[in-house]
Amino acid sequence: MAIAKGLTSKLGGSVSLRQHEERIAFLFLTPWLIGFLAFTAFPIVASLFLSLTEYPILKSPEFVGIRNYVYMITGDPLFWQSLKVTTIYTVAIVPLQLVTAYALAILLNQAVHGLSVFRTVFFLPAVTPAVATALMWMWVFHPEIGLANAALAVIGVEGPKWLASTEWALPTFIIISLWGIGGGMVIYLAGLQSVPTALYEAAELDGAGAWARFVHVTLPMTSPVILFVTVTSMIGSFQVFTAAFVMTDGGPVNATLFFVLHLYNYGWRFLQMGYASALAWVLFIIILGLTLLLLRLSGRLIYYEAEERA
Amino acid sequence: MQMPTKPQTGMMSRPTVARNSTFQWWQRRRTRNVWLKLIIYALLLGLGLLFMIPFLFMLSSSLKDPQEVWRVPPSWVPNPVFWQNYPYALAQMPFLGYFRNTALLVAGVEIGRLLTASMTAFAFARLRFRWRGPLFILVLSTMMIPFQVTLIPQYLIFKNLQWLNSLKPLIVPAFFGGGAFYVFLLRQFFMTIPLDYDDAARIDGASYFDIFLRIILPLSMPVLGTVAIFTFMEQWNDLLGPLIYLNTADKQTLSIGIAMWSKGGAYPAVHFFSHTMAIALLMSLPPVIIFFLFQRHFIQGVVISGVKG
Repeated sequence: MAIAKGLTSKLGGSVSLRQHEERIAFLFLTPWLIGFLAFTAFPIVASLFLSLTEYPILKSPEFVGIRNYVYMITGDPLFWQSLKVTTIYTVAIVPLQLVTAYALAILLNQAVHGLSVFRTVFFLPAVTPAVATALMWMWVFHPEIGLANAALAVIGVEGPKWLASTEWALPTFIIISLWGIGGGMVIYLAGLQSVPTALYEAAELDGAGAWARFVHVTLPMTSPVILFVTVTSMIGSFQVFTAAFVMTDGGPVNATLFFVLHLYNYGWRFLQMGYASALAWVLFIIILGLTLLLLRLSGRLIYYEAEERA
Repeated sequence: MQMPTKPQTGMMSRPTVARNSTFQWWQRRRTRNVWLKLIIYALLLGLGLLFMIPFLFMLSSSLKDPQEVWRVPPSWVPNPVFWQNYPYALAQMPFLGYFRNTALLVAGVEIGRLLTASMTAFAFARLRFRWRGPLFILVLSTMMIPFQVTLIPQYLIFKNLQWLNSLKPLIVPAFFGGGAFYVFLLRQFFMTIPLDYDDAARIDGASYFDIFLRIILPLSMPVLGTVAIFTFMEQWNDLLGPLIYLNTADKQTLSIGIAMWSKGGAYPAVHFFSHTMAIALLMSLPPVIIFFLFQRHFIQGVVISGVKG
C-alpha cells in the first residue's frame, strides 16, 4: 500500500502501520501522562509519606510514624468536632436533597407548559458563584435586618440568630443547601423523561394506579440515576468549603467547622503540612468507604436495563 | 386581519352518544386531572418564587440607600433607587484587576483543557495501542481521589518552583491532560463518531493529526462547548485554589478578592450591606449570562455527565 510505504519511509522504514499508530497514540497521551505522574501519582505517594511526618513548612519533614493519626484520634478535639459537623450535615442534606430534588423533578415532569422556564428558575442557583450566594445568604439570615426573620415576624415568630448562633448555624447551612437542588433536579428530570411511556401504558392496562406505577415503573427505571446523584452529593457534602469559609469561617465556637476547613486551617493557617496531609488521607478513606458502602447497600435496589438484556 | 379560529374542541366535541358509565368515569378522571394540574402549577409557581426571592432581595438591597437598608421589615422596591452603590462599591476594591485575573485564569485553563483533554480522549477513543484498557481505567480511577489529597504536595511543588502568588499553579496543570472527568466526557462523545471517517481519511493520505484536527474536533463542537462552559463555571467560582496560591490583591481573582474584602474589618457597616450585594450581583452576572446563552448545552452536559457517568 502506498500510504503504508510512504509512512514507513518517513519513519525510517522499520515500523509497521500498527506500530506507527501506537507511537502516535503515545504522542497524544504524553501531556496526560506527564500530568498524571507529576500532579497525581507523585503527589499521592508524597502525601502519604508527609502524613507520617511532622512538617512545619519552614523546616524539613521529620518522620514520626503514625503519630499524626494518633494525635488526631486522641489529642485533637477539633478533629472530632469537624467530623461531627460534616457528618451531621451529610446525614441531613443527602436524603433531604434526594427527596426534594426528585419530588421537584416529578412535579416538573407533569407540567407540560413552561417546563423550560421552571427548569431555568430552579437551576439558576446552581450556576451562581458560591462566593456571591454565600454573601447573599449572610444578609438574608442577618439576625436584625435579614429577610428570614422579617418573614418570621409576619407570622409572629421571633427568629433565631441563624449563622450567629451555635445551635442554628449548621441547620442554616442545611437550609441554604436546599436552595441548590437544581443540579440534581435536572438530572432526575432527564432520567424521568427517558422512562419509556410504553411501560406506563402496559402498567395501566394491568390496572396499576398512580402509586403502583410510581413504585413499580418510575422508581426502578430511575434508580441508577438516583444512586449516581446520591453518591456525588455525598462526596460533595464531605468537601464543603467555600460557603463555610465565607459565611462563618467555622464559627461560632466551631459550630460549622467543616472537615476541609479544618484541613485548610492546619495546612495554611498553622502551616502543619504533615498533619494536614494525614487529615486529607482520612478524608479520602471516609469518602472511599462511604462510596463503596453505598454501592454495596444499593446493589440489590438498583435496576440496570442493560444487565437484564444481556 | 382576523385569523379564522378553530372551533373549540375538547369541551364541545364530547361524545354525547356514549352516556354510559365508561364516559362518566372518563369525565370524573378528566376533572380530577384538571385539579391535579392546577395544584401542580400552583406548587411550581410558589416554589419558583421561593427560589427567586433571595435573588430579588439581593437586587433590591443593592439599590437601597444607607438608611433604607436598616428598615425593618425590609422594603422590596428601593425608594429612592440608590444606584450609586455600584460605583461606590467598585471603588472599594481593585475590581477590574480581579476581573482581569479571573479572565486570564479562565482563558488559560480553557485553552489547556480543551487542547490536552481532547488529545487524551482522542487516543483512547480512536487509536489502538497496548494497555489502552488498563490505562483508561487508571484515568477513571483518578476521579475517585479527592483533590485535597494531592493539594498539599502540589502546593509544595509549586512553592519550590517559586510559582506562588501567580496564576501558574492554577493554569499549568490544565495543560497536562485537563482532568479525568473531562477526558471521560470527551472520549464518550468521540466514540460515537463512526470509525469509517478515520479510515476514509487515512486512505486519502491524512495523518492522525489531520484526523484529530479536521474531523474529530469539528464534529465534536457540542461536547467541546459543554467542556468549555463547565470549565468557565468551575474556574469562575473556585475559591480554595486561588485562596491557597494567590496572596496579593494584584494577583487575586474575583472569588478570593471579594471573599477577603467581605471579611475586611474597618469598613463602615451602613454601606457594607448594599455594597456587598452590589458586588455579589456583579460577580454573578457573567456566569448567569453564559448560562442563559448556552442553556441547552449546559443542561445537556449536566445530564450527560449524570446519566451516562
